Amino acid sequence: MTTTVFPAYRIFPIGDTAISVDFGNIVDENINSQVLGLFEYLKKHPLAGMIEAVPAFSSITIHFDVARVRRAGPAGTTAFEILRNELKQLLKEGIPLQHPEKRIIEVPVCYDPSFGHDLATMSEVTGIGVEEIIQIHTSITYRVYMLGFLPGFCYMGEVDERIALPRKQHPQHVEAGSIGIAGKQTGIYPLSSPGGWNIIGKTNLSLFNPNANEMVFFKAGDEVKFISISRDEFTRN
Amino acid sequence: MNLRVIKGGVMDTVQDLGRNGYQYLGINPGGAMDQMSARVANILVGNSPDEAFIEMHFPASAFFFEQPALIAVTGADFKASVNGEEIPLRHPVLVSKYSILQFEGLVQGTRACLAIHGGINVPKWLNSYSTNVKAHIGGYNGRPLQRDDELPLRKQPDFEKLLGKNEFLALPWKADELRTEARADRILIIPGPEWDQLSEDSKRKFLQRSFTLTPQSDRMGYCLKGGALSLQNNQEMISAGVSFGTIQLLPNGQLIILMADHQTTGGYPRIAQVITAHHSRIAQLKPGEALRFHSCEQSVAEELLLKERSLVQQLQYACNFKLENLLHV
Repeated sequence: MTTTVFPAYRIFPIGDTAISVDFGNIVDENINSQVLGLFEYLKKHPLAGMIEAVPAFSSITIHFDVARVRRAGPAGTTAFEILRNELKQLLKEGIPLQHPEKRIIEVPVCYDPSFGHDLATMSEVTGIGVEEIIQIHTSITYRVYMLGFLPGFCYMGEVDERIALPRKQHPQHVEAGSIGIAGKQTGIYPLSSPGGWNIIGKTNLSLFNPNANEMVFFKAGDEVKFISISRDEFTRN
Repeated sequence: MNLRVIKGGVMDTVQDLGRNGYQYLGINPGGAMDQMSARVANILVGNSPDEAFIEMHFPASAFFFEQPALIAVTGADFKASVNGEEIPLRHPVLVSKYSILQFEGLVQGTRACLAIHGGINVPKWLNSYSTNVKAHIGGYNGRPLQRDDELPLRKQPDFEKLLGKNEFLALPWKADELRTEARADRILIIPGPEWDQLSEDSKRKFLQRSFTLTPQSDRMGYCLKGGALSLQNNQEMISAGVSFGTIQLLPNGQLIILMADHQTTGGYPRIAQVITAHHSRIAQLKPGEALRFHSCEQSVAEELLLKERSLVQQLQYACNFKLENLLHV
């Protein structure tokens, strides 16, 4: 059986009820795929006492119930040590290679300045025209590395260096559906919320439907392509 | 039969112990700020510790009971009264039909828990009653309680007979030994994954200085004010796992403690973690109060948590036993 060979990692507690496996402070498609593989594996084969696992860019955090973990391990050992040993063993043995279905999702975006509130400032700072910023943003197929921050909010990468502006100093009100850029990340706000990302456009797609079967539109591992649409097309949808 | 809100509070929500299993979708656990008090309140009225209850801030809501009910108030002391007469905290209290429960003054603490026998009959979302105010879902219509809301209660046993002519009756057992208090002078932490990135001077400051809770503190997080801390080298961090109690260092050198409504992941250095057994202490703090952090071993944090859980379990056995005797004799 083909197994995943994991790269070097660090393992540490996040307090007394969580443990993290961290493959380095980097954004890397291969490492992220391995994190997601490990996440899927743990979902199917949860460790004793595990409450849930949360994948991120290059790390996974496992939340656990101290009493239940302790009952499953040798006496006199902390829950953290028990889980650390199990995870080390699992990572050493490797897990069956996963072949997740690849989904490429097209996201229609209206980059009109009435939605892309920060386009003008971005153009000023970078010296790149608004049209070209839009062209650069739509030219790349992005990967959804992880979900977090808000229900259904996806962190996608990587944005072209030329338009990779850092977060704004002061968070502002951002409307649901807004597309933002923060460094080399791009994302879509599923809900209206305060936020510090540079807002460049808006989509009509509904990314979070709490009562639907598929509550959340994107999954980590998805590929996303932004398609520029006019204001007319946006209002018609 | 309903529990009617006759006066709205500032931020009163239906909660339980949180919504687990959906953080991978960006859906945070939420739940009670003071989980210990939430457990105790439910146990006192014969509920499972993870039943729905009402978390209140001051000024709190006032409630009208359309039916007799068995209630308990734990956590902060807001001078709870039934029909104008003060009722004891951390006691199961029977209240008669058409009673008014209100909270008349802020004595101590920040968050009070009101549990009612049978719980609150609102729909669960993703296996939890917790209100996710940001996503407008869960709890009571996904929002804080307002005047004229009607919270459906489940059928209560025949309390009329026990009450007799009394407007309320405090049952003769209590949970004072499981009282949670705002205690800021000694908050135990364990170092976080980015602890070693702090400068030596900042590590010292963190463990020796006191930090003040600012008014921006809420259910999402506590903003602390104190001498600014710094990292050895400022390296951009990508988003990674966090949990209730994670202490993050913001770019301006100030600290934030993530609380019940925290995000599922964070991109700021996680320098330390408040141990779970001390979450209730910090949950009851008020802006302006000063905190001091002390480091402890992982094993100590786990032992304190297990000890707390076992006290709660003992209370649950004792309360269920007494309540069954009372109701079935």
